[in-house]
Amino acid sequence: MIEVQDIVKSFDGTQVLKGISTVFETGKTNLIIGQSGSGKTVFLKTLLGIHRHDSGRILFDGRVYSSLSKTEKRDLRTEIGMVFQGSALFDSMTVEENIAFPLRMFTNKSNKEIMLRVNEVIDRVKLIDANKKKPAEISGGMQKRVAIARAIVNNPKYLFCDEPNSGLDPKTAIVIDNLIQEITHEYGITTIINTHDMNSVLEIGEHIIFLKNGVLAWSGNHKEIIHTDNEDVVDFVYSSDLFNMVRDAIRHMDKKKTKKELKNREQE
Amino acid sequence: MIKSSLIHIGRYFLMLKEVFSRMTKWKIMKQLIFKEIDDLIIGSLGIVCFLSFFVGGVVAIQTALNLTNPLIPKYLIGFATRQSVILEFSPTFISIIMAGKMGSFITSSIGTMRVTEQIDALEVMGINSLNYLVFPKLIAVSLYPFVIGISMFLGILGGWFGGVMGNFVTSEQFIVGLQDTFIPFHVVYAFIKTAIFGFLLASIPAYFGYYMKGGALEVGKASTTAFVWTSVAIIVSNYILTSLLLSK
Ligand SMILES: Nc1ncnc2c1ncn2[C@@H]1O[C@H](COP(=O)(O)OP(=O)(O)OP(=O)(O)O)[C@@H](O)[C@H]1O
Ligand SMILES: [Mg+2]
Repeated sequence: MIEVQDIVKSFDGTQVLKGISTVFETGKTNLIIGQSGSGKTVFLKTLLGIHRHDSGRILFDGRVYSSLSKTEKRDLRTEIGMVFQGSALFDSMTVEENIAFPLRMFTNKSNKEIMLRVNEVIDRVKLIDANKKKPAEISGGMQKRVAIARAIVNNPKYLFCDEPNSGLDPKTAIVIDNLIQEITHEYGITTIINTHDMNSVLEIGEHIIFLKNGVLAWSGNHKEIIHTDNEDVVDFVYSSDLFNMVRDAIRHMDKKKTKKELKNREQE
Repeated sequence: MIKSSLIHIGRYFLMLKEVFSRMTKWKIMKQLIFKEIDDLIIGSLGIVCFLSFFVGGVVAIQTALNLTNPLIPKYLIGFATRQSVILEFSPTFISIIMAGKMGSFITSSIGTMRVTEQIDALEVMGINSLNYLVFPKLIAVSLYPFVIGISMFLGILGGWFGGVMGNFVTSEQFIVGLQDTFIPFHVVYAFIKTAIFGFLLASIPAYFGYYMKGGALEVGKASTTAFVWTSVAIIVSNYILTSLLLSK
């Protein structure tokens, strides 16, 4: 569980995050949504400690990040897996070496043990025939899988993903989303995902926070986001006609359902 | 201009401090060092050998062509070749070329890692990215004086070849010239210079790669900026070292 308490972050005097408080629960896919420039990436990087926050507190299962010692911070970092927007694979290494990297760096496992684990993870993310290839030689979707594999190979407690399906076709995007959600449930990870993909929001949004100009303007889950009347959210999420239609349809169906349920209950 | 230069210089020294702290696991560092030796040192040998031999030859021929006074002994060709190759050509001239070759390789490879968030990825894992990326390069360039040693040898060999093949001087005369008033400290001076230039050659381009912002276009720009600053640093420190070490 990651608790965020009143985080403020500014660059050169302009506040980008203006006091954000929320809780990201363990074993759930937590989504951060919001318009371009609303501060999603800055928020994620602040949680990761890449940016230092001006005030507020971040607690990783009760551990206050800013009051940890240097070694404690480093240990905490090894519990975090991160999938970057552009995958950020090390392009001088093969797929296999990329995935093995955190293990070689932070564990004293033998080469045999490392390869065993690497192959396990490779199977998990369904990477086929890519072990010896360089990142430049595989497709964007496969790169994402490698990035996820590298992020989870050392059994992280926390998984951060910055727009994990940007640049992917809708079908692959859903596969990647589902993969992340499955892994989150399977291993009980606290997962935080930055996205502006509405598919992801409706599919895997177990907890969603909506940022607007550095302020947390709304939070809820993928069911609540359909029924909310919060103007900012409606304006952002349902900016396309298609989504508006989908929303109306779902709302209509839900209303029917509740009416039916009421009737059924009355009959009983 | 002056202010931004001062900011660069300050940040450069802060970077160096960080490079030597929080060491990466030795098992991994060892591999990184070997890889850098391969890329930076072994990879430069070919061009350095080629340039040194031919420029050495040209130095000898030019000296010969300008010795029109019959009273000046021919062995001076050997002497002049030795002096110019050991004192300036190999340490300074080759280093400027290396600022282009090795330097742009370092800036663009680190810069690309910055742009594609690979450096962030290292940092997120809790790795000191400066140590991981720059330290092995600095260790690798400690072998740079060997490269320059080879360059000196080939430069003089090229001079001998150019002089003797062009019938400007006999082999014996050339060798007499090589041995004439040999001051061992000149070699020491040349290698002190070389060691310092090697350090600048790796650290300045690394700085410009590491702290760059932007995209692929900026990587190219950063390489150019790095080349300019590395050359300036080499020329200026050459002047300072020469006045400190040679002039009495
Ligand atoms: N390193 C930085 N220095 C100064 N300002 C920054 C920095 N990083 C981000 N900002 C500013 O913070 C604001 C939020 O940026 P951020 O990258 O978090 O947006 P985002 O919500 O991730 O957008 P997108 O969806 O386009 O990725 C922007 O106005 C940006 O200019
Ligand atoms: Mg972003």
